[in-house]
Amino acid sequence: MNIVVCIKQVPDTMDVRIDPKTNTLVRDGVPSIINPFDEFALEEGLRLRERFGGKITAITMGPPQATEVLRTALAMGVDAVALLSDRAFAGADTLATSYALSQGVKKVGDVDLVITGKQAIDGDTAQVGPGIAARLGFTQLTYVSKVEGAENGTITVERLLDGGRERVEARLPAVLTVVKGINVPRQPSILKMKKARNAEIPVWTAADIGADPAKTGQNGSPTWVDRIFSPDQKSGGEVYRGEPDEMAGRLSELLLEMMAK
Amino acid sequence: MGVTILIDKCVGCRVCVKTCPFGALEMRNNKAVCLDSCTLCGICVSTCKFEAIVVPERQTAPEGSLDDHRGVWVFVQADGDSVHHVSLELVGEGRKLADELGVELSCMVMGNGHVDGIAGELSHYDINRIYTVQHPVLESYRTQAFVEAAAHLIREYKPEIVLIGATSTGRDFAGGLATVLQTGLTADCTNLGVETETRSLLQTRPAFGGNIMATIKSSRHRPQMATVRPKVFAMPLRSEKRDMEVVKVAKDLSEESQRTRVLEWIPVREGVNIAEANVIVSGGRGMGKPDNFAMLQELADLLGGAVGASRAAVDAEWVDYSRQVGQTGRTVRPSVYIACGISGAVQHLAGMKTSDTIIAINRDPDAPIFSVATYGFVGDVMEIVPRMIAELKSRQGKQ
Ligand SMILES: Cc1cc2nc3c(=O)[nH]c(=O)nc-3n(C[C@H](O)[C@H](O)[C@H](O)COP(=O)(O)OP(=O)(O)OC[C@H]3O[C@@H](n4cnc5c(N)ncnc54)[C@H](O)[C@@H]3O)c2cc1C
Ligand SMILES: Nc1ncnc2c1ncn2[C@@H]1O[C@H](COP(=O)(O)O)[C@@H](O)[C@H]1O
Repeated sequence: MNIVVCIKQVPDTMDVRIDPKTNTLVRDGVPSIINPFDEFALEEGLRLRERFGGKITAITMGPPQATEVLRTALAMGVDAVALLSDRAFAGADTLATSYALSQGVKKVGDVDLVITGKQAIDGDTAQVGPGIAARLGFTQLTYVSKVEGAENGTITVERLLDGGRERVEARLPAVLTVVKGINVPRQPSILKMKKARNAEIPVWTAADIGADPAKTGQNGSPTWVDRIFSPDQKSGGEVYRGEPDEMAGRLSELLLEMMAK
Repeated sequence: MGVTILIDKCVGCRVCVKTCPFGALEMRNNKAVCLDSCTLCGICVSTCKFEAIVVPERQTAPEGSLDDHRGVWVFVQADGDSVHHVSLELVGEGRKLADELGVELSCMVMGNGHVDGIAGELSHYDINRIYTVQHPVLESYRTQAFVEAAAHLIREYKPEIVLIGATSTGRDFAGGLATVLQTGLTADCTNLGVETETRSLLQTRPAFGGNIMATIKSSRHRPQMATVRPKVFAMPLRSEKRDMEVVKVAKDLSEESQRTRVLEWIPVREGVNIAEANVIVSGGRGMGKPDNFAMLQELADLLGGAVGASRAAVDAEWVDYSRQVGQTGRTVRPSVYIACGISGAVQHLAGMKTSDTIIAINRDPDAPIFSVATYGFVGDVMEIVPRMIAELKSRQGKQ
């Protein structure tokens, strides 16, 4: 099976916040990490290669420093990587991102399966996977929690949806977006990490992937951020201390009051 | 490409450098410079008091393509005859937007045998028109067929705004549809508004795990698409049947060309769907062991709610992942969220802090959960929860 896994470098969101007094963003040296869902995507790719044979290419679209996540992918065991990087990609929203990534998939060529994370934690949009599927005309399979099998050009998966799980059989090629819990990602060994650190990372520009400039970066992005602000802060409310009996009584009263509303 | 720094206006205050979430701004010779890692998110622009940062001009919309789009539409998600409440919530909100823009509110209904039943239910709400596509291939939701039918309706009848519930189905549908239509889509909005002169939809949503709110526009494309989580907007009133125009649209679809076949639907045990629950009783590492979750279930049952969990409890395999609340789990917005033995890490807060009322029980008075709790109780869950269950039982017994 020829597999492409899309991974993204994201700021570790827990450290990004707005200072409520000055209404500015505070980013105390926010570290960059691999989007947590994409580790599951990589791991699933590796497991499918173990089960069905084939090749895995990990791609990311981002600035030069995004090579970091590709090194992680190499250390985990993917066969090839590519960094999609070009000034023309800057300012991409999900539509332009899925365009560039789908062009990257085309460049890899003859791909059976694209795997992405369910969503990227910097935006939580969960749109890039479906976008790639729609662009390429691949089957769209979101929220995949298990790959049961693949044979004769079909794949059978389980999807974790609101209220239940759906087992579905689908034609390949397909795009899977995977949820946490599909697997436990492996930790690359120190040796492999060292090797990956010195690996040559191929860079694909807009021209290399045959991208139409009108569809990439800001030009190809219908949405933009108009304004940012701090969410309403729920400042801590009433705090109770005391004997367990008292507190349990107070709590029950509160709950019954609220239920009555 | 990147933002442009107007050197004359930049005073070298470094505010932008500190605020860029991507580390794409640097100081050189006391002026800010923009690096390749700029994503043009525009966050620095709004933080610079000296108006020294500008984002490059956006392309204008293709000629004449905006004005021929009119009206607000809601995608109707249904299970059999029963319309998902988020679709009705969007009907309520869509009505307001439509009134502000002076246009009609319509719904799109795709399905097979249940289309008439769904239409009947919708006629109890303030909707001008519904567009229906009825076909055996649309019997139950499947991405390809629904996107195909919806794209056909939208190209034919040209709405300016399309609202979709951010359920797992809705998000699956919206992502494919927006790409096919090559238009803007904003996920998981928590607030919507319109700018009447430009007819822009103002789409506000949390970003960076809920630490920041962003208002997003996609005014140069039509339709402007947004998904909204369940329970963000109130249910509109159900009235007597009203006049509602039904436009039946034919669309050729074939089963052979469908790329998926659903083999089985395995519903989760009742009461588990935390995304829908009005009351959530969540447990964390502080619950100590898996058996103690039984008591949270008992409490949840008494309150007609569901049990949730922190990642620590899920990672310890005390609770199934489908109940995890937070950044890598589900985002919930119940009326009451009760956090038992949960410290309140940012990633957990990201999934629950917009709940109407938050109750926290934790023995550590400095636990961060107390900073978002409406009511905090400093104490041991093992002592408080069983007493509470007993108390509730006896009081409910009396009523
Ligand atoms: C990328 C990333 C994504 C993440 N996503 C999520 C996510 O989606 N959801 C999530 O929840 N976490 C997530 N986390 C993990 C998060 O950072 C925390 O580690 C986790 O939420 C902690 O869970 P906890 O509060 O149950 O455990 P702890 O932090 O260990 O807290 C246990 C609490 O219980 C209290 N306690 C102990 N015993 C008792 C008792 N008997 N009575 C009363 N109180 C007691 C303690 O005082 C303590 O405050 C994520 C982390 C990362 C890095
Ligand atoms: N710039 C990118 N490069 C590579 N993959 C990406 C990029 N952006 C998004 N993805 C993939 O798409 C998934 C969903 O992202 P999103 O739609 O942004 O929430 C992520 O988990 C990644 O697998």
